[in-house]
Amino acid sequence: MGIVKAKDLTFEYIRRDEEGNVEGITTAVDHVNMDIQPGEFIAILGHNGSGKSTFAKHINALLFPTEGTILVDGLDTSDEDNVMDVRQRAGMVFQNPDNQIICTLVEEEVGFGPENIGVPTEEIWERVAASLKAVGMYQYRKASPNKLSGGQKQRVAIAGIVAMKPKCIILDEPTAMLDPHGRADVMRVLHELNRKEGVTVILITHYMEEVIDADRVFVMDEGKVVMEGTPRQIFSRVEELKQLRLDVPQVTELAYELSRSGVPIRSGILTNQELIDELMKLK
Amino acid sequence: MLRDITIGQYYQTDSVIHRLDPRVKLMGTLIFIITLFLGKSVWLYLGVTVFLAAVIKLSKVPVKFIVKGLKAVVILILFSVIFNLFLTEGTPVFHIWKLTVTKEGIYLAAFMMVRLIFLIMGSSLMTLTTTPTHLTDGLEKGLGFLKVFHVPVHEIAMMMSIALRFIPILIEETDKIMKAQMARGADFESGNLMKRAKAMIPILVPLFISAFRRANELAMAMEARCYHGSEGRTKMKPLRYGKNDKIAYLVLAGYLIVMIGINTALGGRVI
Repeated sequence: MGIVKAKDLTFEYIRRDEEGNVEGITTAVDHVNMDIQPGEFIAILGHNGSGKSTFAKHINALLFPTEGTILVDGLDTSDEDNVMDVRQRAGMVFQNPDNQIICTLVEEEVGFGPENIGVPTEEIWERVAASLKAVGMYQYRKASPNKLSGGQKQRVAIAGIVAMKPKCIILDEPTAMLDPHGRADVMRVLHELNRKEGVTVILITHYMEEVIDADRVFVMDEGKVVMEGTPRQIFSRVEELKQLRLDVPQVTELAYELSRSGVPIRSGILTNQELIDELMKLK
Repeated sequence: MLRDITIGQYYQTDSVIHRLDPRVKLMGTLIFIITLFLGKSVWLYLGVTVFLAAVIKLSKVPVKFIVKGLKAVVILILFSVIFNLFLTEGTPVFHIWKLTVTKEGIYLAAFMMVRLIFLIMGSSLMTLTTTPTHLTDGLEKGLGFLKVFHVPVHEIAMMMSIALRFIPILIEETDKIMKAQMARGADFESGNLMKRAKAMIPILVPLFISAFRRANELAMAMEARCYHGSEGRTKMKPLRYGKNDKIAYLVLAGYLIVMIGINTALGGRVI
């Protein structure tokens, strides 16, 4: 059974004027169907306003569908009794590291989630130590979050979620405010968690480089899922991606341009090495 | 100027006082303030001074550091001294221009000054020896009985600790906005008081907007991590009384009894 299962999920924002009259309705998520299996590494792509963040908030029961249903680990998020269970099973990391850190010490911050779900004191300490080690931040446990770099803060935020032992982690553009170094650290931690602990990762991003190693990619535009497939399948459709105002990785674009000018190269090149191999074959 | 205020600051060192349970320190501060306002006898104040000096010595916080905290309230102290000196009726001692200084006025002014100085020293000693997180924890647990009267104790403590966490972030943000406005030609330094106050508006408006946005995002992040108030919540660092805390309570009780004893023995006499 899928860990996240969206069926005809629709969400509408109702815009109101100052008197509270309905001015218009914006459909942020439009009949989205998605079935994510446990242990998968999923990437959701889309430019600003494509509805990807709105969709992500549904998985965490922060928003509720106007129409359709979304099941997280078999639990319907619309059911009020399920909200806490859903949030424990599907943890969410946000974009701005400063605005999601609540406590004044790293270890307390990681312990915040387990405290909320009523984990006994001794076990909180075990979980905090284990999850800080998992993200490589254990030596900073007594530090103040204010003194950490963006990438470190984001790893602490991930540890805060891991400590709640979720089955699935949703990350809403977690690297958008980080430098390349911090970005690489966060991505490495996410892949490790996915591989070693078998946590399902749903990564929302608009950095193409982060998508390459995903198992499956969804591309969203104007609230709809417009493309779905493996990174290789998606990136072989360069023209379509460009129409959606999305970039493709540089090397993919180069390979695409080469093949368009008549060089016989297969489509869907994702890494430098692949392009080199393809080019070597030409000799 | 902001740096001069030591009230609410934490002085990092390891001492008996630092390690005490925050509830003990809160209670201690309360008892200290009560004894301070018990009476006007010199002996009583001698007792209070000895107690305060002993605690300062134990806390290992340099006296210089505590005295620095008084700078911020020097004007307030001066005001109360001057008013008490000149506006108290009684036996005249001498005249300056149209004002009369009375014997009672001198006493009252002296007491007022000592009281205010001790009050600030005592309460800043508490914050100097307790981390903000510890303090809010102590308040939450120590005032827990108020829950019976539907006072949202946990929520207030949570608000306090979040406010403390965001102080450095908001200071940084103010600095950024100020520089951004200065880059566009804003002038914060020249002009009279009114003009300068007006110049603060382009800083305050963006600061407020961003603070609200942050608050909104933080609330969502807290909800996403299953925060739902104090119900069913466990503690990572629960407060437990140790041996030292019990001794401290006994010392405090002893101190309070002795002070009340001195006060009743002396009646209303000053010396």
